[in-house]
Amino acid sequence: MTAIQLKSRCSQRAWVRRASLAAVLAGTFALPAPTAQAQDAGTLKIGIVTFLSGGAAGPFGVPARNAAELVIEALNAGKVPAPYNTTGIAGAKVAPVFVDEASKQVVADYRTLVEKEKVDLVIGYISSGSCKAVAPVVEEIKRLTVFFDCGTPQVFEEVVTKPKYLFRTGAHATMDSVAAARYLLELKADVKTVAGINQNYAWGQDSWNDFAAAIKALKPAVEVKTAQFPKIFAGQYGTEISALLASQSEVVHSSFWGGDMEALVLQGTGRGLFGKMKVILTTGETAMHRLGAQMPEGTILGGRGPHGNFAPNSPLNEWFRKQYFDRYGTWPTYPSYKMALAILGVKSAFDKAAKATAGQRPTQEQVIAAFERLEYDSPSGKVRMALSNGHQAIQDTAYGLFHFDKNIGQATLVKVKTYNAECVNPPEGLKSADWIKSGFKGAKCN
Amino acid sequence: MSFAKDKTLIGLALAIPALLAAGAILPDWLRFLLQVSLASGLAALGVTLQMRAGLVSFGQGLYFCLGGYAAGMAGHFLGVTDAFVLLALGVLVPSAVAVLLGFLMARYREIFFAMLSLAFSMILYGILVKAEALGSTDGFNLPKATFLGYAPSGAALRFATYALTCVAAVTVAMALHRYLTSPMGFIGEAIRENELRVEYLGTSPRTIVHVKYVIAAAVSGVGGALAALSVGHIDPDMAYWTTSGNFVFVALLSGTGSVAAPLIGAFLLELVRIYAVEYSPYTWQMILGATMLLVILFLPGGLWSLVARRGRGA
Amino acid sequence: MLTSVAIVFDGLVYASWLFTVSVGLTLIYGVMKILNIAHGSLYALGAYAAAYLVGAYLGGGYPPLFSYLVLLAAAIAVGAFFGVLIERGILRLMYGRDEVLMVLVTYAVFLVLEDAVKVIFGVDPYFASQPYGLLGTVDVLGLPYPVYDFGLIALALLAGIGVWWGLNRTRRGKLLTAVIHDREMSVAFGINVTAVFLVTFIIGSMLGALGGAFTAPKVSVVPGIGVEVIVLAFAVVVIGGLGSIGGAMIGALIVGLARAAAVHLLPQAELFVIYGVMSLVLAFRPHGLFARPATRKI
Repeated sequence: MTAIQLKSRCSQRAWVRRASLAAVLAGTFALPAPTAQAQDAGTLKIGIVTFLSGGAAGPFGVPARNAAELVIEALNAGKVPAPYNTTGIAGAKVAPVFVDEASKQVVADYRTLVEKEKVDLVIGYISSGSCKAVAPVVEEIKRLTVFFDCGTPQVFEEVVTKPKYLFRTGAHATMDSVAAARYLLELKADVKTVAGINQNYAWGQDSWNDFAAAIKALKPAVEVKTAQFPKIFAGQYGTEISALLASQSEVVHSSFWGGDMEALVLQGTGRGLFGKMKVILTTGETAMHRLGAQMPEGTILGGRGPHGNFAPNSPLNEWFRKQYFDRYGTWPTYPSYKMALAILGVKSAFDKAAKATAGQRPTQEQVIAAFERLEYDSPSGKVRMALSNGHQAIQDTAYGLFHFDKNIGQATLVKVKTYNAECVNPPEGLKSADWIKSGFKGAKCN
Repeated sequence: MSFAKDKTLIGLALAIPALLAAGAILPDWLRFLLQVSLASGLAALGVTLQMRAGLVSFGQGLYFCLGGYAAGMAGHFLGVTDAFVLLALGVLVPSAVAVLLGFLMARYREIFFAMLSLAFSMILYGILVKAEALGSTDGFNLPKATFLGYAPSGAALRFATYALTCVAAVTVAMALHRYLTSPMGFIGEAIRENELRVEYLGTSPRTIVHVKYVIAAAVSGVGGALAALSVGHIDPDMAYWTTSGNFVFVALLSGTGSVAAPLIGAFLLELVRIYAVEYSPYTWQMILGATMLLVILFLPGGLWSLVARRGRGA
Repeated sequence: MLTSVAIVFDGLVYASWLFTVSVGLTLIYGVMKILNIAHGSLYALGAYAAAYLVGAYLGGGYPPLFSYLVLLAAAIAVGAFFGVLIERGILRLMYGRDEVLMVLVTYAVFLVLEDAVKVIFGVDPYFASQPYGLLGTVDVLGLPYPVYDFGLIALALLAGIGVWWGLNRTRRGKLLTAVIHDREMSVAFGINVTAVFLVTFIIGSMLGALGGAFTAPKVSVVPGIGVEVIVLAFAVVVIGGLGSIGGAMIGALIVGLARAAAVHLLPQAELFVIYGVMSLVLAFRPHGLFARPATRKI
């Protein structure tokens, strides 16, 4: 029917076939040639894995990547404020290798990163699924790896219970829901009904379960009116919002993130959801600047830790915020903070180990020994590697109410309450779910 | 066709020692890639089998996932670690489901078969996502595999799982090749060409399609179990439509010319993906899409047509 | 009582969204027998273009009331440009090939466009929410519904009636119907099938982009919004019968109402509703609700 089909294709096809075969063979045998050069003694190669495509790129992956670029360049130039003002990490310049977490083959990519790229360590992983898959491989391959964001407490509670090479510098997600429950009760002690709208996958399910259990543990009389679980990335929440409004609950808990959270805000404000009910957005901090005045006043926002606008004042924080804003045109949110503190944690461990080796690059074993139970400073305050034998970090966390300050034209947080780490994190040896059910045994709140 | 004269069978038989030798020489990461591609290549082989009968399955991930979860759940919840038992489960469970579903699926052809298979795979996905006990989208990990009492660890374990994958994949391919070159296999082509005439000749296309459906499910189930053992982790993504789409992709790109084609094609595609992710972490999907377009445009018989002597149509 | 009313209204709103998003897909399949996975990309491109243009328009201080026309213009522009690009550039080379191969081609195009969108527009979200709130809300038994959502219902009806009228009441439409029924015979009768294909693909793309453009004010436009839409549109189209506009409308209604009922009464079932409906319909009507019987060639 078309001109191409009518033309005689015999000779053309044969030529194309032979040329393609040659190209394919050449490519297949040429490419896997080893690309790793001899390790330059003056370079520290770090693999950084975050989402660079898909729905998680905008709110999490790319801000984390930006923070990594910023901090690494500043480290290499020696420009980070004290106590990190030495060049590089243990004297070596840092060379990052970025990998997209959205590749659907995280384990294969991790192995390639370690064995083909021969990175010295890996920092990354936002999705809990990735973390659960990669964790055992880390211990098998024996390469220092730092999880910086993924939330599931199961990494050290169930998957790798005796970690050696794996660290997590980000506190896990239990503290988000526990702190949310506490903050809610402090704000509204007479609350009787709650409802939830969470994405129907592990993160949403776990967040809701933790929150519901925490509220029940703190105030057993509270009734759950409805728990909505729309598909992740659904984008259209009209029906769910109707169901929430019809339930006449006083409070709505949501662990929505990214485009879904923003759609919920836009569609909810249009229908008065935020006016009728108190809405908790446990990851709301990431959108407060993007949404700006469109975020309803008085929404309870969390930042998965003392990050972003929750971060305590310090020269390190001021430097980080200013550098990030100057370079990227927007204030850093919690993924950026968590990446920065992961890198600074690594530097801290390396520098501490290097003190004992008199300037030589410390071995991986020495760095691990230094990293365990480390306490160090970050733009969001102190980080303590206190759980799971010193491999899991704990931090304080904070919740606050959103307020758009018209005078300065910026989004701010008011009525901020900080919860110290021991209040909202389970103690060593106790699993998160059991800890909540037990009524927070061993919690030390101020 | 006797064994000695069948080039494909000889080639496949030689492939086993070749792969094992390669496994000893190749760097770890490349060997792991090969392992994972053999597993997903088996699922693509299941798609190829059905394609030869004129059916396109956009939901082969259903059986890939069932095989993986059968092995995974036995390992994680029942403590079964023997790799051969897990493989057997990876065959039995998907086959059982396929026997049941086949009664419905065998009635459909073309785009409806494709859509219905997609629907069922997404239903499984939904069930697994809802199942919080199974970790929902996080999935769960498998314990270390053992081999009839032999419990290796470290490098030996890695090689053992690799060896198992190679032997299993090639054996399945050989069995499938024998099936396809038998009258029962050729009748699939007849059904694809003109189903009505097959009916007139006295055979029931529905039964034959049902049988092929179950065989394809079993093959994909093996692939799923092998994938679970290799990666050590399973999650519902194995049943998502993009995973099934990938299998169809590999099947079409490699061509339906030979049983070895999807296995090799899966590996080549993985290589393209790895390099795409490495060299352009921001736009690797575009590179993958462009590669696919080029292959479809210039190699209508798939990559296998480069190797095959006769120009076989798609 | 409130729940039943809510289910009906929510179902209608969701159904109208589903229909707007699927009608282009069923049209393209009906005429060209191509199941266009790149439809999702057109939806995303429509949304991005709309958000970008509305942002520029409102930033320029023009009257907000005409921003709806900007949405429409964005959809038309995107549909025309990318429709021509995809059809002339790639699909034209593949006509006459196996149906499934065409699906694979559109899948490859979808992958390329996903990243192209990311490169052009970046990963940050785009907002164009002013048109959403502009018309205010209307109270239904105490539940507020934005008038915009009812506008979407009207839009879906208009699109459906428009396409139906175009196919059945205009001369061009009748030529198109001839091509749907028998491509070879149409060529034999002198119908310029190549031009028909191009026009159909452009209209189908515009409809896909229309869905995206009018959804943009309700959401934040981020990478990946096209992916979810694909499976939903496919399901609706298959339920209604491939190529049938009326079928797509009924299919969208069934899915919309079923989903609304699930969300209000049994939220756990929401995930399965669309696939459950599809499986049920196909079990009893193997070709969808309104598919025309296909002739078998002996």
